[in-house]
Amino acid sequence: MKNMSFSRKSLGIPYLLFLSLFVVAPLLVLFYYGFTNGSGRFTFENLTDFFTNPNTLGTLCYSLALALVTTLVCLLLAYPTAYILATSKLKRRSVVIMLFVMPMWINFSLRITALKEVLTWIEGNLAYYPFLNSVIGMTYDFLPFMILPIFNTITRLDPALLEAARDLGADEKEAFLKVTLPLSMPGVISGVSMVFLPAMTNYVVLDMLYNSTYIMGSLIGSYFSAYNWHGGSMISLILLVMICLFTLFTKTEEENPRGGALL
Amino acid sequence: MRKKNNAWKILIVSFVFLFLYLPILILAFYSFTTSANIGTVQGFSLDNYRTLFTSPELVQMIVGTLVLAFTAATLSTILGTLGAIGSFYSKKNLSRLMSTTNQIPVINADVVTGFSICILLVVALGVSKDTYIPLVIGHVVLGAPFVYLSVLPKLMQMDGSIYEAALDLGATPFTALRKVVLPQILSGVLSGFALSVTLSLDDYFVAVYTKPATFDTISTYVVNATKGSQTTIKTALWALSTVIFFVVVLVVLGMNLRTAKEEGKGAEV
Repeated sequence: MKNMSFSRKSLGIPYLLFLSLFVVAPLLVLFYYGFTNGSGRFTFENLTDFFTNPNTLGTLCYSLALALVTTLVCLLLAYPTAYILATSKLKRRSVVIMLFVMPMWINFSLRITALKEVLTWIEGNLAYYPFLNSVIGMTYDFLPFMILPIFNTITRLDPALLEAARDLGADEKEAFLKVTLPLSMPGVISGVSMVFLPAMTNYVVLDMLYNSTYIMGSLIGSYFSAYNWHGGSMISLILLVMICLFTLFTKTEEENPRGGALL
Repeated sequence: MRKKNNAWKILIVSFVFLFLYLPILILAFYSFTTSANIGTVQGFSLDNYRTLFTSPELVQMIVGTLVLAFTAATLSTILGTLGAIGSFYSKKNLSRLMSTTNQIPVINADVVTGFSICILLVVALGVSKDTYIPLVIGHVVLGAPFVYLSVLPKLMQMDGSIYEAALDLGATPFTALRKVVLPQILSGVLSGFALSVTLSLDDYFVAVYTKPATFDTISTYVVNATKGSQTTIKTALWALSTVIFFVVVLVVLGMNLRTAKEEGKGAEV
C-alpha cells in the first residue's frame, strides 16, 4: 500500500523539476546578473544607477502615472458595464458577458493594429497626444480583464442580502453603496491587479502606437537590445519587488481572470 | 424615471461594446477594399486575402505560430496535469510549495518571465535560440501553470473512494489512474489545454526574448510590420485580423451551443 501511494506522488516530480529549472532558477540568475558587473564582480552599481539616473527615475514615475490612470479608466468603464450586465434580467447573461470577454482571444497585436488605424484616422499623428493614446491603447487591450472578475463577483452575490437591505428600509442607492459595492471589492481588486501591472510593463502596446515615451518594461527591452544583461536584470528585479508588494496588498481568493476567462 | 434609467444603462453598455468592437469591424470592412488607409473608400477587392493565403512569408508565419502553440500546449498539459495529480497526493507542505511556485509565472510580468528565461538559457547556459528550445520552454512556462490551476480543483471535487474501489477490485494503480481519475478530471485537462493554446497565440514578450531571429509568431510579425512601411503586408494583416475574428466568433458560438444543449438535457432530467 505504501508503495502505491508513492507512485501517485511521484507523478509530480517532472513538473516539480520543471518549475525549479525554468521558473525558480531564472529568477536566481536574475539576482546574479543584477548584482554583478561585466567582469563578474559583485556590485551595487546597477541598483544605485537606477535610483540616481533622472531618466530611469522619470520612467518609473511615468509608468506609475500611466498605470494609475489606465486602471482608473478601466475601472470607470468596467464597473458600470459589469454591474448593469450582472443585474440585468436578460435571459442569456452568460452569452452577453461572453461578447465582452471575447476580445481577449483575438491576438492583441492585431487588435492594437485595428485601434491604431482608427486613431490615426481620427487624430492624424498619434505622437501629438502620447499620454492619451497610451491610456486608450492600454484600456483597449486590458478592459475585458477588468469586466470579467467584477461581473463574476456581482453575479455570485446572494440576492437575499439585497432583499434584506430593502426590507430594512434602504433605497436602491443605499443598498448598492452598502451591500453590492463592498461585496464586489474582491472582483475589483482582482481586476485592478490584472490591469495595473501590465500597464507598467506591457511596452509593446506603446511601441505599436508609435509612442516615443518609455515605461518600465521598455527599459528591459532597451537593455536587451544593447546586450546589457546586468542592467536588464536589475530592472527585472525592481519590477519583481513591486509585483511582490502589489500581490501582497491585493491578495484575494478570486480566481485569476486569465484562467477564469474560459468559463 | 425607470425608462430614463434604462436608457442610461443601454447607453453605457453599448458605448463599451462599440469601443471594444468598432476598430476590429472597421478594419474588417477595409480589409475587403483596395485602400491602404482607413477613411478613403476605394473599390471592393479580395487582394488582401489572396496575399494572406499565398505569400510564403505570411503562410509560414501563421503555420509556425500554430505549430508552436499546439506543441507548447501539449507539453504544458502533460506536465501541468501530472504536476497537479502529484501535488494532490503529496504531503501538505510539498503541495503548498508546488502551488506557490506555480503562481510565480501567473503573477509575474511577461517581460520579466521572458527576459529571465533568456538570461538563464541563452546568456548563462549558452543554449542557441535557433534550437527553438528556449522558445518552447518559455511557452510551456506560460501555459503549464494554468493547466495545473484548472486540473487541481477537479481533483478536489473527485470522489476518492472510486479509485480505492478500483484498486480493491484488482486494478493496478496505473489502470485506476487512467480509467478512474483521468475521466473525472478530463474537463479540467481540456480547458487547461485550450488556455495554453490561447496564451501561446497571444504571447509577445516571451517569444521576442527567446525566438530564433528568422522565426516569427503572429505577434512579433505584426509588431514589426506596423513599424515598417510595406503596404501590401500591412493590409494583408487586416485580412488576418478579420479571419481570426471570425474564427473566434465561431468557436465561441460553438461553445455556447454545446453548453445550451447540455443545459437543455439537464432540464429534461
